[in-house]
Amino acid sequence: MSSEHTAESFAEREYEYGFVTDIEQESLPPGLNEDTVRFISAQKDEPEWLLEWRLKALHRFLEMAKEDVEPSWAMVDYPKIDYQAISYWAAPKKKLDSLDEVDPELLETYDKLGIPLEEQKHLAGVAVDAVFDSVSVATTFKAELEKHGIVFCSFSEAVQRCPDIVRKYLGSVVPAGDNFFACLNSAVFSDGSFAYIPPGVRCPMELSTYFRINAANTGQFERTLLVADEGAYVSYLEGCTAPMRDENQLHAAVVELVALDDAEIKYSTVQNWYPGDKDGKGGIYNFVTKRGACRGKRSKISWTQVETGSAITWKYPSCLLQGDDSVGEFYSVALTANRQQADTGTKMIHIGRNTSSTIISKGISAGHGQNTYRGLVRVQPKAAGARNYSQCDSLLLGDECGAHTFPYLEVKNPTATVEHEATTSKIGEDQLFYCRQRGISEEDAVSMIVNGFCKDVLRELPMEFAVEAQKLLGISLEGSVG
Amino acid sequence: MSLPGWAEDLRREGAEQLNELGLPTTRMEDWRYTNVSAIGKTRWTGSDGRGDDVSREELERLCFPVFACHLFVFVNGVFAADLSTLRAGSPQAEVRSLARLLEEEPDSLRGVLGAQASPKEAAFTAWNQQELRDGAVVRIPERADIEEPIHLVFLSEPGTEPTATHPRVLVLAGSRSRASVVEDYVTLGDGTFLTNAVSEVVVEPDAELEHVRFQREAVTGHHVSSLHARVERGGRLACHSISLGAALTRNDARTTLLGEGAEASLYGIYLGTGRRHIDNHTTIDHAVPHTTSRELYKGVLDDHSHGVFHGRIIVRPDAQKTSAEQSNKNLLLAQGAQIDTKPQLEIRADDVKCSHGSTIGQMDPDALFYLRARGIDGDEARRLLTRAFVSEVSGALRFEPLRDRVEEQLVELLEEGA
Repeated sequence: MSSEHTAESFAEREYEYGFVTDIEQESLPPGLNEDTVRFISAQKDEPEWLLEWRLKALHRFLEMAKEDVEPSWAMVDYPKIDYQAISYWAAPKKKLDSLDEVDPELLETYDKLGIPLEEQKHLAGVAVDAVFDSVSVATTFKAELEKHGIVFCSFSEAVQRCPDIVRKYLGSVVPAGDNFFACLNSAVFSDGSFAYIPPGVRCPMELSTYFRINAANTGQFERTLLVADEGAYVSYLEGCTAPMRDENQLHAAVVELVALDDAEIKYSTVQNWYPGDKDGKGGIYNFVTKRGACRGKRSKISWTQVETGSAITWKYPSCLLQGDDSVGEFYSVALTANRQQADTGTKMIHIGRNTSSTIISKGISAGHGQNTYRGLVRVQPKAAGARNYSQCDSLLLGDECGAHTFPYLEVKNPTATVEHEATTSKIGEDQLFYCRQRGISEEDAVSMIVNGFCKDVLRELPMEFAVEAQKLLGISLEGSVG
Repeated sequence: MSLPGWAEDLRREGAEQLNELGLPTTRMEDWRYTNVSAIGKTRWTGSDGRGDDVSREELERLCFPVFACHLFVFVNGVFAADLSTLRAGSPQAEVRSLARLLEEEPDSLRGVLGAQASPKEAAFTAWNQQELRDGAVVRIPERADIEEPIHLVFLSEPGTEPTATHPRVLVLAGSRSRASVVEDYVTLGDGTFLTNAVSEVVVEPDAELEHVRFQREAVTGHHVSSLHARVERGGRLACHSISLGAALTRNDARTTLLGEGAEASLYGIYLGTGRRHIDNHTTIDHAVPHTTSRELYKGVLDDHSHGVFHGRIIVRPDAQKTSAEQSNKNLLLAQGAQIDTKPQLEIRADDVKCSHGSTIGQMDPDALFYLRARGIDGDEARRLLTRAFVSEVSGALRFEPLRDRVEEQLVELLEEGA
């Protein structure tokens, strides 16, 4: 009944979403060269400029790989990845025209994940774009959205339907050569989601994408682009899972958000990729670049993430606060158990005047988990009146885990007010005792305390996700009664 | 001057390391905000420590007249006996010139000197070790209780050529002793200089030591320093780092808590005026269970100055019941002033209480208004508020005269500007 026992059983929790879906897949043999890129581009019938863009990124990436500039500063530890041993393309074989044609087995997969497309369509009113390995399989509620002039489709479809918007914004927030993994993504990205909200439109429902890596030996390189035009509002949800496999799989995504004058984007992620088994075998390497640009005046971008999966998480959703009076927010819960490693945080770059940002980060480490918060708050010389508040708390369960905090604060304007606070402690014995005394089992007590610890973040999530996130944290704590 | 063989080995090791490492560049994480290429480009000459032409009056002008305590003066890194005094009646502490000690008792520091400060991965420490010659050795005997501070003055008197000095300080606080050591860095004249100081401190069981580094050198030179401290069971160390001078300052302070019940308190004050650059790096290593650390650094940055703070706290696996608090607060007074702060917690044990906080802001207009409404003019009000801001740190100094001196000099320098 000791907390040691709690931590042990906690660390050995099972992965619920580790099934493999047996669908006929079409995939490229492993390897990365111009042909790979040309093949992907041709598969998607892409215009010349996009192929050019990809090839440029590819050359840059190969150069980077030669110079060996793969980022090594993060507090994560993994064997060198052989980028030639990854297959860069995998898709279900059949072409789909409508939701009804979606493979029932695939639909079942989503059912298992707890996001029945049909159900959600009728009940939740969530429009889902599900990305299975590299291809977006189905998008619901398209017609309803079209009435408002909202474009919500897979990235490849967007390239065909509104190439001007894609061309204008693609790479404008995360340039192709931004960093090692973003560069790889720019060369070989397969699919992803795209949304455009026209001026003054408040998106009537929450947009949602579900990502799943299924095939063995594949990497997933999705690319998401959201543009909220003047005065628009959108809330976007993203969830991820992957099957249990012994080998590590690479996931290197890029997400770009653009908010113009008075626009607001709320981006929520529940990331539950396969974290590997309790000895650290297998699991997803989640190396993701997410960045939003508050281009317009009074625009706002809010990131909320619950990171419970992946063997390694390397992810820093950021905000460029370019417009005057723009607002950036970052709410995060990151949980590492077993041998999971997470190095995650945010960057808030204050460029415009009277910009403000809030960072709330909660890290939970258990087992041999290593949890790192790494964040940057930068106030540029012209960003008068900038305001930032950051709070990073870590909770430790077990005596072999680690919690680390690396905040960088760079301030070049004297009118800025920047505050940072961080605490690290173990789960309170007195809190546990208090609950136990009142007849609450230890498992429930731990779960309650962890949920309370994360409350500031969880309440930022849309309803459906909040429930899922709480369930996920609950699963993590299952079997922790001593 | 001849050194004992083991000391020659140290010098050689320093030279090898320096040769291998070269001076740090901004591509290195620990130096990303501080560019020392100007130091690398200068041709530095050593100095012969001409102490004769420094008069006592000049010294008193530079130092505290109030300091009628044990005084030891080093001119350009070389001990100046005629300027030093050990107050009669309190012979408890042994303070020696390193050079003389090595000559007279060649083996007494074997394995002690250089035991804390490793030249590996630290180019400036390696450089200091390569130039090992003179410095101060302070030995506080067991159970000695020394009320008056031991005042070490390091005076740079650069010549016409850029002059580099590499002072070395070794403080050994015997068990259950209590003492205070003040390292005071000042400049005479306006030549280009570099001070590259290395201090090693050992706090033995249950000893209590206050270590103050008061740096107010001229803006014509650079100051690089490192402090390597080890605190044993039940020992208590209070470190103060006060940086008011030099064009470029870089202080590295590494404290390792090696015994249960060990405590370390790190205090820092830094002032930026003109184009000065001040970089403070601190590391507190909690290596065993039941240790405590507190850290409070405050900076006032005006004009085009640039402040850097990097505070690292490490809690080793099994170092349970660690308590660590860190706070860094900055006052930005002008457009053009800049601060980069980076607190860092690395925690590998679970039963710990660690926190850090960092703030960056400007003078509270309400507080200014409050004072002005009571007839205090703007300048005076700002002076008062700045002094109040740093007094939270300086208040922890044991000696009141020193406390006043620090606050007064800070306000004076701030008014003088560049």
